[in-house]
Formats: sequence, structure tokens, C-alpha cells
Amino acid sequence: MIAPPKPDLVTVNVDGKDIAVPKGTNMIEAARLASVEVPHYCYHPKLTVAGNCRMCLVEMGLPAVDPATKTPIMDPATGKQKINWMPRPTIACATNASPGLHIRTNTPAVVDCRNSVTEFLLINHPLDCPICDQAGECKLQEHSTAYGRGYSRFVEQKNVKPKRTQLGPRVTLDDERCILCSRCVRFSKEVAKDDVLGFIDRGSYSTLTCYPGRKLENNYSLNTVDICPVGALTSTDFRFKMRVWFLKQTPSIDTESSVGANTEVWSREGSIYRITPRQNDAVNDTWMADSGRILYKQVKAADRLVEYSIEGTAALPAVALAKAGGLLRAGSVAIVGSGRSSVEEQFLTRKLAEYLKAPVTLVSRVGPGDKILVSADRNPNVRGALVTGLVSSLPAQQLTELAAAIDAGQVKSVLSIGEDLTAAGLTAAQLAKVPVVYLGTQRNATSESAQVVIPTLTVFEKAGTFVNQQFRLQKFAKAVPGPAGVADDLATLAQLITAAGGPTLASDLGALWAIIAAEVKPLATVTYANLTASGLLLDGTPWAALPFVEGETLHFKPASPVAASA
Amino acid sequence: MPAPTQRRLIFAHIDEPGYTNDLACYQKHGGYEVMKKAFARPPAELIDEVKKSGLRGRGGAGFPCGVKWSLVDRKSGKPIYLIVNADESEPGTFKDRYIIHQDPHQLIEGTMISCFANNVKQAYIYIRGEFPHGARILEKAIAEARAANLVGPNVLGSAYSCEIYVHRGAGAYICGEETGLIESLEGKRANPRIKPPYFPAVLGLYQCPTIVNNVETLCHVKHIVDMGGEAYTKIGTPNNTGTRIFCVSGHVQKPGYYEFEAGKITLGQLLHEVCGGPLPGRTLKAVIPGGSSAKILRFGERFKGKRKVGAEMVDYDWGVEDVPMDFDSLGMIGTMGGSGGVIVMDDSVNMVEALANINAFYSHESCGQCTPCREGSLWMKKITTRMVHGAARPEDAALLKGVADQIPGRTICAFGEACSWPTQSFLAKFGDEFKNYHETKKAARPADSLELV
Repeated sequence: MIAPPKPDLVTVNVDGKDIAVPKGTNMIEAARLASVEVPHYCYHPKLTVAGNCRMCLVEMGLPAVDPATKTPIMDPATGKQKINWMPRPTIACATNASPGLHIRTNTPAVVDCRNSVTEFLLINHPLDCPICDQAGECKLQEHSTAYGRGYSRFVEQKNVKPKRTQLGPRVTLDDERCILCSRCVRFSKEVAKDDVLGFIDRGSYSTLTCYPGRKLENNYSLNTVDICPVGALTSTDFRFKMRVWFLKQTPSIDTESSVGANTEVWSREGSIYRITPRQNDAVNDTWMADSGRILYKQVKAADRLVEYSIEGTAALPAVALAKAGGLLRAGSVAIVGSGRSSVEEQFLTRKLAEYLKAPVTLVSRVGPGDKILVSADRNPNVRGALVTGLVSSLPAQQLTELAAAIDAGQVKSVLSIGEDLTAAGLTAAQLAKVPVVYLGTQRNATSESAQVVIPTLTVFEKAGTFVNQQFRLQKFAKAVPGPAGVADDLATLAQLITAAGGPTLASDLGALWAIIAAEVKPLATVTYANLTASGLLLDGTPWAALPFVEGETLHFKPASPVAASA
Repeated sequence: MPAPTQRRLIFAHIDEPGYTNDLACYQKHGGYEVMKKAFARPPAELIDEVKKSGLRGRGGAGFPCGVKWSLVDRKSGKPIYLIVNADESEPGTFKDRYIIHQDPHQLIEGTMISCFANNVKQAYIYIRGEFPHGARILEKAIAEARAANLVGPNVLGSAYSCEIYVHRGAGAYICGEETGLIESLEGKRANPRIKPPYFPAVLGLYQCPTIVNNVETLCHVKHIVDMGGEAYTKIGTPNNTGTRIFCVSGHVQKPGYYEFEAGKITLGQLLHEVCGGPLPGRTLKAVIPGGSSAKILRFGERFKGKRKVGAEMVDYDWGVEDVPMDFDSLGMIGTMGGSGGVIVMDDSVNMVEALANINAFYSHESCGQCTPCREGSLWMKKITTRMVHGAARPEDAALLKGVADQIPGRTICAFGEACSWPTQSFLAKFGDEFKNYHETKKAARPADSLELV
């Protein structure tokens, strides 16, 4: 008998190999754990099971028991319990692991099922992979190389369906490529809670379409493109821009809110082409918002700052830094830090503030949370500022204290790390009173009026970590190089500290983390290199009393109901 | 051997002169007396009677009704629903329509007894969308019955209440598949559900335990409760109890409906004696014995094997004419009793053209949910249509078989079998006609032949 090794595990047999899997695991996942791939189209681990593509058919058997006495029937040949194999193939996606369940995924009967499903899917599918945008990441293409017959027995007319339908502002549909797996329909209904997609007509003429008068325009519509196993749903922004096999994937973090959705940045030769979600079952499953996918456009935006400048005139980096250092050295500095800086940058900002004995304020960004993957706090790393000790309270939207201090003549200069001070409530008159050192990526009213402007890098051009709303420390990597001549943000900050007369600090991640681990207690055990892709959950209890603005989102429940969440 | 006489149990009053479909007429003929008596008995006893009777479902699959009822999850605390499957749309079948049109109260009585036996408080009659007249008749009949306190709250002064609603179907063959029907009744597209986990007996209508029975089956329940399960088994043959209604259509002199004890009449007796044999100057060529999805039989073929008679195994050697019309015998020779729709074809029929017609039906009715049936049914239709209207090729026969063999047993519902069995059996029994059709096509079709689909 096969006894379960742990109460919540059951032993199943995949192609003759016993493996213990959690109870309730479906057979596709169980096979995956046994390193056996069961091909499938309609099944998606984060959606309900539809069971309609029939690609995952496997042979299934259960241990034989005597119906009367319930005692196991043994097979004398093997000395093991006899297995009753079902006469028909079963879909692996809808079959959950039960004790002693056996499946066979490589028998001639199973291969025949896959061959026939592949042939059926291809007879009405355009056979034009070379001009299809999905080529290279198409499940139908992949499985056809394994299970297709290589020639077609189909001599009839193919079905004609609509091409290039605009389902919404960001999604284009080619119905002829659709294999009717219904993943997008289920996603819209179950995850995006916007049930706008469905099938019309019957049989092979079934057509995916949007509900009359509606559009697929919710902020999660591009996830349907990600999960589409074929080239039916494509991103209007990305389609026909670049072959996917030329693209390099870099793990990154979505900076649009404190959810910190894990992302994959797809780039080639220094240009980013798209951003897709990266699976993290504790944060964003396999989803992300559409709004986070266009953030890469700031990299090559017209308002991008690429030059060091003093009073509006381009200057050499060393000159600009020396000028900034001079301003800071004069004392009475106010620092406006950023909830969008990485943990490392915030740590260096803190070091600078400590050396200058300058007060630090942050600017909050609050918007309505959508209860899915965009939270109310639109700064990705406010908790990083708390953890590193840059600030000890939550930021406000307006810099009223700083405004009062300027009016009272207590401030001689302001250092702004990427924050537009006018947007945060300072008047032009107040800004005219004090010289501003501005570090940032985009041009704005503050950079225009600043004494010294030092260009910095976007999240795609540097590496670092963020702490999301769960107090999960997550790292992002550098996808593309920054603009020519622009130094890394950590180097810039370290040089600024030196220019202000402070100590010389490490500016590479490895060395800097040694200092962070030594000085920041919650991060004492962390090294950048050892931080896993799924992140590290920090203890957030020291800040539990703070009135965070986030409401509930996927995989996150606020500790206490928050009045401020819009 | 002469054919036995008809045994009209369900169709006792169908086409009887002077018999109307109103309550007064039904009660004059002893209507609702069985229900009154049944309500005085414990429900479990009624279920036992049905189990004892060996009643098999009349919708097509022939699943034992008592077993179906015993699978219902009664411990969940959820309400149990009963659905009357009146989505009669298997080509060649026209029995339920007669019951609904001419004897609706028989169905209502059978339904109420079944509801009472299973503690069902709400029943739905899901009637085929193309039966608008039947739906109106049923609604009127239910209103009459409700006015007479035979349906509705506190039936006949008892503490038992049960409502019956008529739901007009969505106009698709697949709405007759029980889980597709449930989806349709819930207001969705009639895509059949995957089983497991969605067995109607556990997770049926609104995720509650649900019984889905055919119209004729529920009418039989009334007669079983009337005469007792034991007595009912005396009708018909063992394991094929009760009567069966045969809807004979096609090339016989007297097509129509006939009710006989199950297994007491052979196919030959039914066609030659009861239905008057082939049309003058013609000979019978083929017959589909249980609705268009059943596998076709060719006159002249013989079936040999062993079958159980009582406790013994007996050899049989049957021609098509010798096959007793019951579930098991038809199953033994590789076809099925199905819904009782007997479709007869004589020598004027070209089998390629007949199959083109059947394939057109199934490709039109495939719901499109799962791959093999969705793509396979249309492919087969495109092949047969091309053969009939365009260029037939000798290799089409093998291709058709190849496609059909890739469908059954791999789909969500039984439609996969339904759409592939005709092609498989036509090819197996009339393969030469398919191989030679490109030659046949060169000759002109007779002037009086029907237009091709």
C-alpha cells in the first residue's frame, strides 16, 4: 500500500514514478512536480478549470479494491496493488490527486489524443507562423512541433472569422487564430471582475467577442494577451514591433503603487519593448495592471533629463556636483526624499541627511486603490524609507512645514530627490528664495527653476530593492543602460555626500549592502545577492500603528480598516 | 412469428378520438388518482418501487432511473431540483411531443410523484425552444392543476408543496444534454459541464443536487407507482422492463409511433408487419434504430455471439430483422436503443448523401466548447458536403473514418460519440459506397430525388 508520508500529502504515480504532492493538486501540477510536462491550452493555474481544449488527456488508473470487502486487490506479478485503468482518457486538469492515483502521459493512446487535438486545432487555424506576432511564444506552435503531423489532411475551405478586431484601447483580436480556450473569458470574469468577453455562434464558427456596446478596457485587459496561448489576443502597443526571441528578459518591479507587482522587462539593444507580469504567488500571481506596462515609455520620453546643468546651462558632472556640494555645505539644508527611490538610495539619502543634520520629508502620492493590483499608495517604496530610517512617519501630500520654514528664512537650500516641489505645494516665490538641487529623471517645474540639476536613472536602468505594502523586500535588476554620461544613482548620491564634505561611501550594491546590513536592524541578515526572486518578507510590526493608506488588494489585507483609502 | 400487439401504457390515450388535453378529461380517465395514493405513502417506498421496477431512462442512454435517484446528494442540506428534459431533438424521435401535446397531465402527475418521492420542492420542465405550442399547452395544464390544488402549495391539503415551471429552451440540440440543459436553465450558454466534478446529482442546477429525467421516463414513474415496481418488471424483458415507444420514420408504408413491451418485438416484425414493410417495388437497405446518433444497421448483415437468457449463456445468430428491440440486444450488436427513433432507408438512398445530411445536423449543433467535437464535426460535414456537391475523392472514405475515430471518448459530453458514430458506422457498413462515390456521382440523380443538403 502507498501510505501518505504526511497528512496533507498524497502519493501519486506519474509514468511509473511515485511522487508526494499536496492533496487537491491537479494532475497537470502533479506531473510538473515529477518533471513531466502535460501539454495544455485552456488550463491556467490561476483560473478555474474549463477542461475544453482536451490537450491534457492522460490515462488514469486507481488502485483496485474489492467492492465488497474494501480490501486492496494485489497484483501477483508485481506484488503491488493492482491498478484499474480507466477505459477512456481523462483530462489531467480536472483530475485531482487522490491516494494512489496513477497516470500515464506517454503511452501511444495518449500521444494519439494529443496528435488528434493538434490536428483539429490546426485545420481552421491560419498556418502562417512566420507572419504571426505570437510566433516564438505560441503554445500551439510549440505543441505542433511535438504533436503535429507535418502535413495537412484538410483540403476544405477554412472558416473565415474577423481579423484585427479592436476589443478595446489596448487589445487587438484575430479571431481566426483563436482556439476557443476561454482563458481570457475566465480571466475577465474571475480576476478583473469585468465580464465583457464571451463567445457567440456555435461549433467551429464560435467567435470570441465583446459584449455589445462594451469594450475590453479595464486596467487589466493586457493580461488576456499574456495568457492567450496563441496569437489571437495581441497587445496593440507591442504587436509587430519586435520578434520575441530577440528580446532579453530582466526581472523588475512595477513602480506604479506599493503593491510591487513583479514584472519582466523585455528589451533589445538598450530599448525596452514591453513589460509583462512575472509570477509571484504571494504578490501578484501572474497578473499586473495595464498602467504599469507603459511606464517604460518614460525612458525615452521627450522630457527626460540627460544633462547635468547649473542654472539652466549644461555643465560637466564634476562641476555640477561640486556646485551642489557647495550649496549643501553652507548648512540649513532641507531634504525632500522620495518614496520612489530604492532602499539603497534611501539609505544613502539618510546618510547625507545625518551628516548635514538636515530634516527629511517625503511626498505622498495617493490615488484610488482598485482592490486588485493597484493600491492607494502610488509610491512604490514608502515602507523602504521607514525601514531604512529615512523617515519615521508617513509622508503628507503637501510640504507645508518646509514652506513655513522657507518663509521663516530657516532654510538656505533644498535638495529634492525627484520630487516636483511646486506640485507638492511650494510656490514659485518660495522656490525663488532658496537654491534648489534637483536630482531626477524627468523635466518639471522644479528642475526648470533649480540651481543645480543632476540627472538620474529610471528603475529600468539601475538595480536595487523596494519594500512593498506587505513589507516584502523585492529586488529589481538593470534592464537597459542609462543615457550616456549619466552616472548610477548610488554613485551620484555617494559623490554628493563626498562633495558636501562627508565620508566616502561605497556605491556598488554588494559593498553598500554590507553597510546597510550593519546599520539597519531589520535588514541585518540580508545580502543583495541572496535575495530570492520571490522577495523577503520583513517584520512590519514596528510600524503597525502608522495609518497606511492602502486598502485591500490581491494577497494583501490591511491590518486595520483604513479610513483614508479612497 | 407474428408481431405482438401493441401495449399502450404511456400512449394509452394518444390520438384517441374525443380525448382532450384538459384536466377534466384526464381526471375522467382516472387522472391524479395515482398521485393521491402515492402521497399517502412514505417517499422512500416510492423510490424503492422505481428501483424495483428496473426502469431505464428513455432519453437515450438507458441509465437506470432508480440508480440515478439514489445517487442524489441528500445530505448537503441544499434543495433538490427535478428537471424534466423535454428538449426532444434527436432526429427521428417524436414521442415526448405527443405526450406534451395530447396528455400533458400524465407528465405533470408523473413529475409530481417523482418530486414527492425525492423531496423536490421545485421542478422545471425544460421544453425544446421549437415547441412553442407544447409550452403553451404545458403552461395551461400546470395552471389547471394548480387551480385544482394538484400542483403548488400544500398539494391536496397535505404539508407538501411543489412548484413546476415551464422553461422554454434555447433552440439547440445540445440543450438536451443534461449539464448543458442545466447551464441553459441558469441563463447561460448551453456548454456541457465537465464531469467530474459537476455531476448533476451533486452539483447540478445552481450547484444543488439535481435530477434530470426524460418526459417519457417520468410518465413511466406514474405507472410504476400505480401497479407497483414488481408488477412493472413483468412488462417487457428482464433488465429491459416496461414498454418502449418506437418512432418509425422513413421508407416504410406506415411510419408513426408504436408502443410495445421492450424486447418483445423484433426489428423485422416492427418494420415489416407493424409498419407495413418497404414501399412498393423497393427493398430495405439500412436502419438506424435509436435516433440519428445510433450506429446504422445494414440489412443483410448478421450478428453472432453469446447472450444471457435467464442464467444461461445462449448463442445467437441474428439478422437485422431478428434483433429484439431493447437496450441490451441493440447494445450487443454495436448500436443502441437510444431514444427509440427508428429511421428506415431503402435502396433509393445513397448512403453518402444520407451521411451528408446527418453530418450537417451535428456540425450545426456542436456547441463549440471542446476541440474534438467542435472541429471534427465540421470537418466531417465539409468532407461529405464536398463529396456530394463537389469533387469526391476515393481517399475520402479513409479520411472520414480517420477523423471520426479521433472524436469519441475524448470530449466533455456524449455529443462526441453522437456526431462520430454515424460516420464510423456508415463507413464500416457501406464503405464501398463511399469509396466509389466519385463514380456514382457521374451518373445523373433521379429526377424525383430530394434536394441535397
